[in-house]
Amino acid sequence: MAQPGSTTITEGEGRKHPDGTTRRDFLYLSAGAFAGTGAVLTGWAFIHSMNPAADVLALASTEVNLAPIAVGQAITVTWRGKPVFVRHRTAEEIAKAKEDDKAALPDPQPDARRVQKPEWLVLVGVCTHLGCVPLGQKPSDAKGDFGGWFCPCHGSHYDTSGRIRRGPAPANLAVPSYAFTNDTTIRIG
Amino acid sequence: MAKYDYVPSPFMANSIVKWVDHRLPIFTLIDEQLVKYPAPRNLNYLWNFGSLAGIMLVVMILSGIFLAMNYNPSTAGAFDSVERIMRDVNYGWLIRYIHMNGASMFFIVVYIHILRGLYYGSYKYPREILWWLGIVIFLLMMATAFMGYVLPWGQMSFWGATVITNLFSAFPIVGEHIVLWLWGGFSVDNPTLNRFFALHYLMPFVIAGVVLLHLWALHVHGSNNPLGIDAKGPQDKIPFHPYYTVKDAFGLAVFFIIFAYFVFFSPYTLGHPDNWIEANPLVTPPHIVPEWYFLPFYAVLRAVPDKLGGVLLMFGSIAILFLLPWLDTSRVRSARFRPAYRVFFWLFVICCLALGWAGAMPAEGVPLLVGQVATVWYFLHFLVFLPLLGWFERPLPLPASIAEPVLGGGKAGMVAATKPMEKA
Repeated sequence: MAQPGSTTITEGEGRKHPDGTTRRDFLYLSAGAFAGTGAVLTGWAFIHSMNPAADVLALASTEVNLAPIAVGQAITVTWRGKPVFVRHRTAEEIAKAKEDDKAALPDPQPDARRVQKPEWLVLVGVCTHLGCVPLGQKPSDAKGDFGGWFCPCHGSHYDTSGRIRRGPAPANLAVPSYAFTNDTTIRIG
Repeated sequence: MAKYDYVPSPFMANSIVKWVDHRLPIFTLIDEQLVKYPAPRNLNYLWNFGSLAGIMLVVMILSGIFLAMNYNPSTAGAFDSVERIMRDVNYGWLIRYIHMNGASMFFIVVYIHILRGLYYGSYKYPREILWWLGIVIFLLMMATAFMGYVLPWGQMSFWGATVITNLFSAFPIVGEHIVLWLWGGFSVDNPTLNRFFALHYLMPFVIAGVVLLHLWALHVHGSNNPLGIDAKGPQDKIPFHPYYTVKDAFGLAVFFIIFAYFVFFSPYTLGHPDNWIEANPLVTPPHIVPEWYFLPFYAVLRAVPDKLGGVLLMFGSIAILFLLPWLDTSRVRSARFRPAYRVFFWLFVICCLALGWAGAMPAEGVPLLVGQVATVWYFLHFLVFLPLLGWFERPLPLPASIAEPVLGGGKAGMVAATKPMEKA
C-alpha cells in the first residue's frame, strides 16, 4: 500500500502520523459526529412536535363581519384563544381619542396609528398588566375614567383608543394585525 | 468470581468527580459497573440484545411521552386525536411510527434475548433470580403492549380488549366479577380506556424498576458466555469499556437501520389495517388477531376446545418458564456442548414459529391442528424432554477455561499455569 513517507506503524494503534493522531482518532470523531448529528435531528422532531400543530395554525386567523355592529356597539370575538374587542366608535369617541393624543400618555401613540378606519377600533382584549380581560364591552360595564376600558383585576384604565392612562399596566392594549377584506369584513391574523 | 481487583479509571482522579463521589458514589458505581466492569472475553453479538432491549425501553418511554401530550383518552376523542397526531402535529407521524414499530422491535429484541438465554443456559445456577426477573419484565411488557394497542380505539383495539379481558371470565365464580372490575362497567368503554391509558403510562416505569433489579442480579455473578463455563481468573475477562461499549454501539447502529427501515418505508407491515376503522361495539371484525408478538400465545389459547383450559394453558405457557432452571437437569449450560439439546432447542424454535403461524390463521382445519400439535410439543419440551435430556445426553468435554479456546491452547496453558485455578 502506498503511504506517505511520514507515517509510522505502531503496534495496536495502526498507522500513526508524526503529530500523534491515528486512524482511530478519525474514526472516533467521525462516528461521534455522525451519532451526535442524528441525535440532534431526532431531538428536533420531538421538540418541534410541541410547537403549534397544523390544525392550531389553521385557526390562527379569524374573519369578522362588521355589518351588524351599530355605531357605539362593541363585540368580542375569539382569535387564537384570546378575546378581541371590535368597537364601532362614535364620533365623540373618535374626537376624544384624537384630542388625547396630546395628553400625558404612559405609552405614547397617536390614535391614527392604532386604527385603519377611525370608526373601527380593533384590540386584543387582554390587559397588558397580568392578562385579565378588561371591562367595557357591555353597555352596563364600567368603562374606567377615560371612557374606554377598565381592568377589574388591578385597576388599569384605558381610553377610547385602548391606550393605558392610569394603573399598573405598562402598555396600551395591543392592536392585532388585521386587514379589511372588503368594506364590512376584517380578517384578524 | 464475585469480586475482582478494582483499579479506578483515570477520570476518578478528577477533583470534581472526587468531591461528588465522596458524597454520592455515583462515579464509583459507573466506573465499577460500566467502565471497568469485567465481562467474559468471548461474548458474541447475541449478547447485544440485553442493551438493545434497554435502549428500546427508553425509546418507547420517550416517544410515548410525546404521544401522550397529544392523545385524548376518551372514547369520543381517542381515534380523532390519533388522526390529528398523524396529520397535524409536527412530526407526529414520525413519533407515532417510532412508537408503533418500536413495540414490535422491542419484542423482537426481547425474544432473541430470551432464546439466547435458552440456548446458552443462562437461566441456570447462579442466575435463577436473574431469569425470573426477566420473565417478570416480559409479563409487564405484554400487559403494557396490550393496553397500548387499545388506546388508538380502532376496531382491533376494541375487540382485542374485549377478547383479552374476557379471558378472565373463564375462572369459575369470581370470573364475571373480575371482568366487571377490569372494565369499570358492563363492556369495554370509556372507563376502560381511561384506566388503560393511566396504566399504559405507568407500566414502563415499573418495567424500568424491574430492569434495575435484573441488572443488579446480573452484575452479582456477571454475564454468562457462549461457552457457558465460569470465568477462572482475570485472563478470562476484559473491561466492559471500551470493548463491549463499542460492540454494543455497533450492534445498535445496525439495529437502528432495521428499525428505521420499518419506520420510514414500511410502517404498517407489522400492524393490522382494521385498526384504521374506529371502534364499533356493535360489529366485530370477521377475523380477530392480536399483534404478531402475541400470536404464539393466542394459538395456545385456541388449541384447547375448553374455555378455562385454554386460558390456563396460555398462562401456563409463560408460568412454566419460572420452573425452567429446575426442569433442565443438565449441569452443562451452553448448547454448544449439548448435541442432543441443540436439536431440541431448534425444534422448540420451530415449534414457537409454528404456534405463531397457527395463531395468525383462522382457528380451523390445518392451522388448528398445527397449533394443537405445537402446543403439546411446547409443554413436552419443558416437562419431558428437558428433564430427560439431562439424564440421557452425553455432553461434549468442556474447555478448561474461557481463555483457552480464545487464545489457543499453548498461550492459555501458559497463563493457566501461572494462575492457580479455582474448581468450578
